[in-house]
Amino acid sequence: MDDILLTIVSVAGATIRVATPLVFAALAGLYAERSGVVDIGLEGKMLAAAFAAAAAAHVTGSPWVGLLAGIAASTLFALVHAYACITKAGNQVVSGMAINILVAGLAPTLAIAWFGLGGNTPSLASGARFQAIRLPFVDLLAPVPIIGPIYAQVISGHNILVYIAAALVPLTGWVLFRTRFGLRLRAVGENPSAVDTAGVSVVALRYRAMIICGVLCGVAGAYLSTAHGAAFVKDMTAGKGFLALAALIFGRWLPWPALFACLLFALTDAMQVRLQGTPIPGIGVIPVQFIQMLPYVLTVLLLAGFVGKAIAPKASGIPYVKER
Amino acid sequence: MSLPVADAPAIEVRGVNKWFGTNHANRDIDLAIARGTIHGIVGENGAGKSTTMNIVYGYLQPDTGEIRVGGRPLAVRSPRDAIAAGIGMVHQHFMLVDPFTVLENVLLGAEGGMTLAAGARRARDELARLEKDYALEVDLDAVVGDLPVGVQQRLEILKALFRGAEILILDEPTGVLTPQEVDHLFRILRALKAQGKTIVIITHKLREVMELTDTVTVMRRGEVVATKPTAETSREELASLMVGRSVVLRVEKPPAAAGRKVLEVEGLTVVDGQGVRRVKDATFDVRAGEIVGVAGVSGNGQTELMEALAGMRPIASGRVRVSGADLITPSRRPDARAVRQAGVAHVPEDRQRVGMVTSFTAYETLILGYEDDPAYTRGPLIDWSGVRMRCAKEMEAYDVRPPVPTLKSSKFSGGNQQKIILAREIERNPDVLLVGQPTRGVDIGAIEYIHRRLVQLRNDGKGILLVSVELDEILALSDRIIVMFDGMIVGEVPADQADERRIGLMMAGIAEAA
Amino acid sequence: MATLDGFGRPADVPWWVGLVLLPLLNLLAAFVIAGGVIWVLGVDPVAALKVLVWGAFGDTDLIGFTLYYTTNFIFAGLAVAIAFHCGLFNIGGEGQAYIAGLGVGLVGLAMGGWPWPVVMAVAVISAALFGGIWALVPAWLQAYRGSHIVITTIMFNFIAASIMNYVMVDVLIAPGQQAPESRAFDPSTHLPSLQDLLALFGIRSRTSFLNVSFLLAVACCVAFWVFVWHTRWGYGIRTVGQNERAAVYAGIRPGHMIMLAMVISGALAGLVAVNVLLGAQHRIILNYTGGVGFVGIAVALMGRNHPLGIFLSALLFGALYQGGSELNFEFPKLSTEMVVVIQGLIILFAGALENLFRPQVEALFRRRLRAAA
Repeated sequence: MDDILLTIVSVAGATIRVATPLVFAALAGLYAERSGVVDIGLEGKMLAAAFAAAAAAHVTGSPWVGLLAGIAASTLFALVHAYACITKAGNQVVSGMAINILVAGLAPTLAIAWFGLGGNTPSLASGARFQAIRLPFVDLLAPVPIIGPIYAQVISGHNILVYIAAALVPLTGWVLFRTRFGLRLRAVGENPSAVDTAGVSVVALRYRAMIICGVLCGVAGAYLSTAHGAAFVKDMTAGKGFLALAALIFGRWLPWPALFACLLFALTDAMQVRLQGTPIPGIGVIPVQFIQMLPYVLTVLLLAGFVGKAIAPKASGIPYVKER
Repeated sequence: MSLPVADAPAIEVRGVNKWFGTNHANRDIDLAIARGTIHGIVGENGAGKSTTMNIVYGYLQPDTGEIRVGGRPLAVRSPRDAIAAGIGMVHQHFMLVDPFTVLENVLLGAEGGMTLAAGARRARDELARLEKDYALEVDLDAVVGDLPVGVQQRLEILKALFRGAEILILDEPTGVLTPQEVDHLFRILRALKAQGKTIVIITHKLREVMELTDTVTVMRRGEVVATKPTAETSREELASLMVGRSVVLRVEKPPAAAGRKVLEVEGLTVVDGQGVRRVKDATFDVRAGEIVGVAGVSGNGQTELMEALAGMRPIASGRVRVSGADLITPSRRPDARAVRQAGVAHVPEDRQRVGMVTSFTAYETLILGYEDDPAYTRGPLIDWSGVRMRCAKEMEAYDVRPPVPTLKSSKFSGGNQQKIILAREIERNPDVLLVGQPTRGVDIGAIEYIHRRLVQLRNDGKGILLVSVELDEILALSDRIIVMFDGMIVGEVPADQADERRIGLMMAGIAEAA
Repeated sequence: MATLDGFGRPADVPWWVGLVLLPLLNLLAAFVIAGGVIWVLGVDPVAALKVLVWGAFGDTDLIGFTLYYTTNFIFAGLAVAIAFHCGLFNIGGEGQAYIAGLGVGLVGLAMGGWPWPVVMAVAVISAALFGGIWALVPAWLQAYRGSHIVITTIMFNFIAASIMNYVMVDVLIAPGQQAPESRAFDPSTHLPSLQDLLALFGIRSRTSFLNVSFLLAVACCVAFWVFVWHTRWGYGIRTVGQNERAAVYAGIRPGHMIMLAMVISGALAGLVAVNVLLGAQHRIILNYTGGVGFVGIAVALMGRNHPLGIFLSALLFGALYQGGSELNFEFPKLSTEMVVVIQGLIILFAGALENLFRPQVEALFRRRLRAAA
């Protein structure tokens, strides 16, 4: 009994740690796509931030400076995307792809030139990383069965960024549906002409959304290299940006369902480690690769309308041009 | 807001010029709109009416010139400035967010604070008052996408009034409305005028101008050609001002010699993607050597009827026979190619978005729909040199200007694009021609040419089904007129017994055919 | 065309502004920024360029490797381009080429002892089938289930990677082998290198990976041109890509054209596997594609979706990849990843920012034309 609880608790803890960057990136994508800008460059921005954060944290010894550097790098690329897509009415998918590839080359190029470690950054000292936080009452609750271990390992014991991610979900929900900015953001992704004729600048709104997107991707990237990991490793995002995009679609561009999708995808990741080589009664051993592909298969099925239906913001992907 | 100068016009446009690329859309526009009046702006499509008013509203920026509101110059850099100066505009395509509620749409851009809750409460009170004052009933919590167009338009007016509009501009407000809804709209506009508001209405329907406005401005080819008190002018005078010379809308044609039935439509019902029945149990036929006109307010099923007949959308029930053979049935997949091969040609109502590929050259456009025709192919390859030669010949024959086959389709004017499409469809020698809005956005010279061509085709013994929202065009060309309302064919009238009033009532769904 | 002035419009700018001058300006911008990055890293950009050019063209074997990469990029570029002509963005070239590797690999493993022309023909068909089917599923989903092809093809890249990972690690791995590679193909199946063919004509060159697949790639360029601009299927694909409603009006079924274009796209991407596995590596290797599908995007954008342009930009990228691999030897601070930076910049400037200089350049020409008039 205790074994099962222990397993569940540790899988749950791992799930939360894996889900955190997905949540940041998915919410980043949510702001971008709700404003009508498709962003498949989440991956590249995260990778840029992961490198910048690790490099800055290594040099200064401060994870907070690293975080700021990560946010700055990511936001810079978000603004490049914004300029191409909003100001120059360029193809949004092409621009996102360009940023992914550019960063995939640039980060290791700079890492090799500056640190000479084959495209990685040096390992961070513990002071240069975000540390786990022990919430109050852990010791007090420890003797309580079930709740004690869950509180200690699932709720407590994460770094600050995890808790920020958790807070961002209700915050985004509130911004989206209860504030002026949210109303305009949702409107500009559906019908930019309506926003324009209501006297609100489409361009300014979309730029603001892209800056938020850049900041959130920056936090996601910094988390990977300075909180979850302890250095920048070449290609360390490994498709997490696309997984976040899938989670966003799976969550139908809504914050709570997107969180749920991130947790689901992260759970498959945590499970695959557990299930490696372990036979499941009645099924046998499932190759880990098939568990790995689950999130992508689910997203394909969802988009095809075989499980539910995902309808994107109507104007997303289309540059805004005034009607005559 | 500064106090208006006494007796100054509500809006003054001075020396405004606007180019779209190389198209001079507004030329030295001068215009004054008196406070507390209803001012009509009329002109053909492309005359520059909407452009001028979009400049007043700040949606477009003029290249030269200035706007004055209440006698003072106003820098309108965006609609925000115009709204602040008390100008509201209802665009031809409504500027609404479909998945939003009515209330959210009203609040957009006028939220009254960082968060929505307080503003929403205030808005409900204010809207209740406005609705009562002007008979503008709208359910605030309904989702806009589900509302009928008439209600959506009321919402647009409500939006403008909520923003404190003293001057209300409406761009072609009646195009999508039934006559009853038009009456309702006019009542609202008169009530607004009675409250001292200024109304500007852009339209090309002269009847409405005469009925509603105090003053009327006529625009032609980007210029203001006249501004007159409505009481001192007439429809005929306005019409000739609009086109630049007096118009003979009657087309000379010999009496019809209708022959065998070439197109027979029986119990045709069309259901669209949303499950709405767009065409309901339509039965009619077209004979060789006659033009059958379909009259109706836009959006009453004409588009869907034509698309179903052309093999572009499935039918739910009924059948269509061409020259006696079943061509379209509910069980068959819609197949525009098979329809063409059966001798039915189609000039679609939206020529640029349906009838051609604007990025293709003229000669590529010339074979759209016929690219597998043996006349154009050599084995698996398309015989482009043959097509180019043929294109040059047909451009000559149909007076397409400039007669350059290698020019991109988008570079031709509307009238010349229509001639290319007509050439393509007519030269295949069809038995039946389906024509939708043949002269929409076409200059007057080309209109006469296109009308002559259609009559000539009818004289050659072809059957023509003509859909147009211009009743004048239907009356001028048709031998028989059928009227559509709400997807149904509500009446059929021989052209020689047709009168505008009776057809108008049928279009409104009020009177059935006797 | 200046005679069209009487038509009421000022003369258009010359055709070569849009087709040649602007792409070159965009390319120049990408290289200037890349040069800036190199300069920031403390390396003289001009010296780097010299090394790069020498590394790509300095000797016959270097040219051979350049053309070997060019071959891959022609296939990948044509694959992206045919989809673009149908209005589709196929980001899945990577996955399609990877899956096709299985198709080619199975042929290579099974057909030991057969003469190479037979093996090559079967491998081409197999690669086209595997790649084509991997592209057909997203195409069908786009055409009939309304799911966006960009997202689906991205997802299919990951699914392909997982499947191939499973196949390589758990199924096809050579016995007693640590690295996930299949056993080597029988030598009879190896495609002849172009050096061997040239030797038949008395031309001697140093050995490289360059093989007969290069000729296949050139043939594909010609076939692409004929297909897209001279057949009714090409006409149908272009019509759907430009205006889907016009296609429905014409009786061209958009769903059919989407599937046709994507099958061809996937098949073309799949041919990369013939060049790499049958022509050079002679075994199936994990992650053998190494991003070729993404280079294809850059190649198609830079080549304006025309086979001639694609050939030239594939050559450019072939030179970049081959020459770039020499950079690291000369300048320890410059990694081979620098080539990926240039690739990203080219996609940015030739694709997303393609209109960056257009207003200024066209205004310049219009002013000159007006002054001349």
